[in-house]
Amino acid sequence: MQTAVIRFPASNCDRDAAVALEKVTGRAPIMVWHRETELPDGIDFVVMPGGFSYGDYLRSGAIASRSPIVRDIKAKSEAGLPVAGFCNGFQVLTEAGMLPGALMRNKNLKFVCRPERLTVANANTRYTKHYAPKSEVTFPVAHHDGNYFADKDTLNRIEKEGRVTFRYVSNPNGSLNDIAGIVNKAGNVFGMMPHPERAIDDMHGGTDGLGLFKSIIESI
Amino acid sequence: MKALVYVGLKPGVLDPQGRTIARSLNDLGFDEVTNALQGKVIELTLNGEDAEAAEARVTEMCEKLLANTVIENYRIEMQL
Repeated sequence: MQTAVIRFPASNCDRDAAVALEKVTGRAPIMVWHRETELPDGIDFVVMPGGFSYGDYLRSGAIASRSPIVRDIKAKSEAGLPVAGFCNGFQVLTEAGMLPGALMRNKNLKFVCRPERLTVANANTRYTKHYAPKSEVTFPVAHHDGNYFADKDTLNRIEKEGRVTFRYVSNPNGSLNDIAGIVNKAGNVFGMMPHPERAIDDMHGGTDGLGLFKSIIESI
Repeated sequence: MKALVYVGLKPGVLDPQGRTIARSLNDLGFDEVTNALQGKVIELTLNGEDAEAAEARVTEMCEKLLANTVIENYRIEMQL
């Protein structure tokens, strides 16, 4: 099992992601710089970390999503490679067109930074198998642009297909349908605004995030 | 040659910044303001002489990077 974490200029949760992946897989991930044009051979799972890539210039995640490595990751994800994005990573995945919708400025215009309760909206995905259906977990959130938006047709489609994986219990950012996390149609690409990688150790105040990493790693 | 690209949110997409601007203008006594939409302007300086060809290229730039067409519209103004 070999994982990778992508590093963009101003990623700041890359190390948190690396610690989480090493904890669950027993092996340190390969850290991949965004200017690389190809992932190293033998990567089984890729994490796009949180942060403020390129200072959120233009739109959050916009510039990072056009970087050379993302082109390669997108092509490999279409062939089945599991890819997860947390926070800025989720923004990068939507900007890259790997997940539907967009993440807009929080409805109340405030940066929110706090532990957030979520319900597992679909426990039957590769990323949520370790959770009981409709169970509640607490992950930290820390974002200014986490307001999930998709047009009506897209929203209906992802709801009908069970692609909403997590919902906020008390919506912190105005996201439509309280959406906190979604998967793509094939189920291998996942994104969420909250930070499961910051909930993997008792020192973090909880370990609810471990289930997510275990779910996807065991599915590979 | 220059191109001005105006990028703004599509109708129906909530614009909390615009709404806050409108409310603040109302507070200042500008009661006639019923709505504000906040967007951005990107001024591009371009090589070349053919405005029509340039506009086609700028459209491509909008589609590929400058606007997120899930939530945003754009408008291009060429300046010779």
